[in-house]
Amino acid sequence: MNNASQQNAVSRLFERIGKIFFGALEEIGRHGVMLGESLYWLFVGPRLKQPVRVASIFDEMMEIGVRAVPIVAVMTGTIGIMLAIQGIHTLKIFGAESRVVIGISFSMVREFGPLITGILVAGRSGSALAARLGTMKISQEIDALEVMGINPVRYLVVPALLACILMVPALTFFGDIVGLFAGGLFVGLMLDISMAAYIDQTIEILSVDDLMHGLGKSLIFGVLIALIGVLNGFMVKGGAEGVGKATTRAVVQCISALVVTDMLFAFIVTL
Amino acid sequence: METAQKNEDQPEAVIEVRDLVTHYGTRKILNGVSLDIHQGEIMVIMGGSGSGKSTLLRYLMALEKQTSGTISILGKDISKISKQEFFELRKRFGVAFQGGALFSSLTVGENIMLPLYEHTKLDRKTMEIMARMKLEVVNLAGFEDLMPSELSGGMIKRAAVARAIVMDPRILFFDEPSAGLDPVVSSALDDLILTLRDAMGMTIVVVTHELDSAFKIADRITMLDRGDILFIGSVEEIRSHPSERIQNLLNRRAEDETVDPDEYLRRLTGEDTGG
Repeated sequence: MNNASQQNAVSRLFERIGKIFFGALEEIGRHGVMLGESLYWLFVGPRLKQPVRVASIFDEMMEIGVRAVPIVAVMTGTIGIMLAIQGIHTLKIFGAESRVVIGISFSMVREFGPLITGILVAGRSGSALAARLGTMKISQEIDALEVMGINPVRYLVVPALLACILMVPALTFFGDIVGLFAGGLFVGLMLDISMAAYIDQTIEILSVDDLMHGLGKSLIFGVLIALIGVLNGFMVKGGAEGVGKATTRAVVQCISALVVTDMLFAFIVTL
Repeated sequence: METAQKNEDQPEAVIEVRDLVTHYGTRKILNGVSLDIHQGEIMVIMGGSGSGKSTLLRYLMALEKQTSGTISILGKDISKISKQEFFELRKRFGVAFQGGALFSSLTVGENIMLPLYEHTKLDRKTMEIMARMKLEVVNLAGFEDLMPSELSGGMIKRAAVARAIVMDPRILFFDEPSAGLDPVVSSALDDLILTLRDAMGMTIVVVTHELDSAFKIADRITMLDRGDILFIGSVEEIRSHPSERIQNLLNRRAEDETVDPDEYLRRLTGEDTGG
């Protein structure tokens, strides 16, 4: 075809790439602003006679953290057993089945514990935050707060953010222990290692650094889950359908952000 | 431009809007609106859908930032005051939103106590008594332990009014108080609005498209049309106003728009959407 239309198509392609790029940049910027605003209200709020209520932080911790304990236990336990099965299968090639404890401890504490817990919290609470704030937005409850002189960020966002920061690492630590224990049970059955010996080996293998690697990551996950959930909720437009879309978007974004951050964190910390 | 109806002998203006221009995205919504709302009056803002009346209310409540123009509330230009002053100002607002906007996770009583809980240091017992007093005012005594989802539409609106007046605000905003209510309930709500003005001396701003309700409660009416103020004046003045446009709006006659055939064709084919 002719040159002009080709040029047109190329410029349109670049235009679209540019739009996506700047859209993404804008979104990242929004998260930064929201984090900044949350910190502002957390620390400056009390001086403006707008303190963050401790009771609402505990409510959120209950919802985000404590109520997630059963599912986190089941999932990390399953992962622990899975790691044991795969580990034994792989190490059999070298006849080194007994070295499986190394694999289980490292991958559980550094990788699977934080990631699985993060994904579970994202699915439970990231979506719930988006849905709740989205519904409040379309029923004008957010406007009502604003007009009453109650800042929505202080009242709704900061408690959820703090709860995530505290509870995601706590859940991760709990998940680590459950996963290691479940892995130990399986290894004990298959390789005839006693639980006491397994625990001794695990403690010997793991250093504080490994534990902190996982927990540090999960703290960042907590921040990401809260911010992504909250922002998708605040940006809801257009009724019930909008709330549904925001909820889906929140979960997808949360999990993507978690996986990418996981890789970046591992890269930066281990190199 | 409309002629701003300014009477210097009127009581002090609680809300003063000057040349307010607003956009929604790139679409212009308000087209240079000027308006005074006086202490202790009920100002009804009327207009068809799309006239910008709900938009105007959002700006009066300072929920949005305007393109140009100024809004002064209780003598303060709201775009120029500090965050702290702004919070103090907002404590003197009360708003009853169209759908009530009660917090669905709190009981009716907790909803009404929320502003007290956040802004005062009263003990819980006192707050409960105050919440019951306000529920008494709106004829909802005994409903404080129910959840908003257990209330009917009219009750939700009345509960929202109780929450709006719990801080004894200077200015009370109503967004479509009679929308979605049957005539009896809606008339009772009008009586409640009148009572609030008479008993508590509040300045009340009501946005509505219901003529009966507007004529019943209004001290003055602002008639908005397509982002411009057509008219500001008393109920009698508006009823006897000679303008055909206003009479059409009052008598619910649809206005025949003069259609240019070329323009019509262009609209249908979707060419030149900028026009």
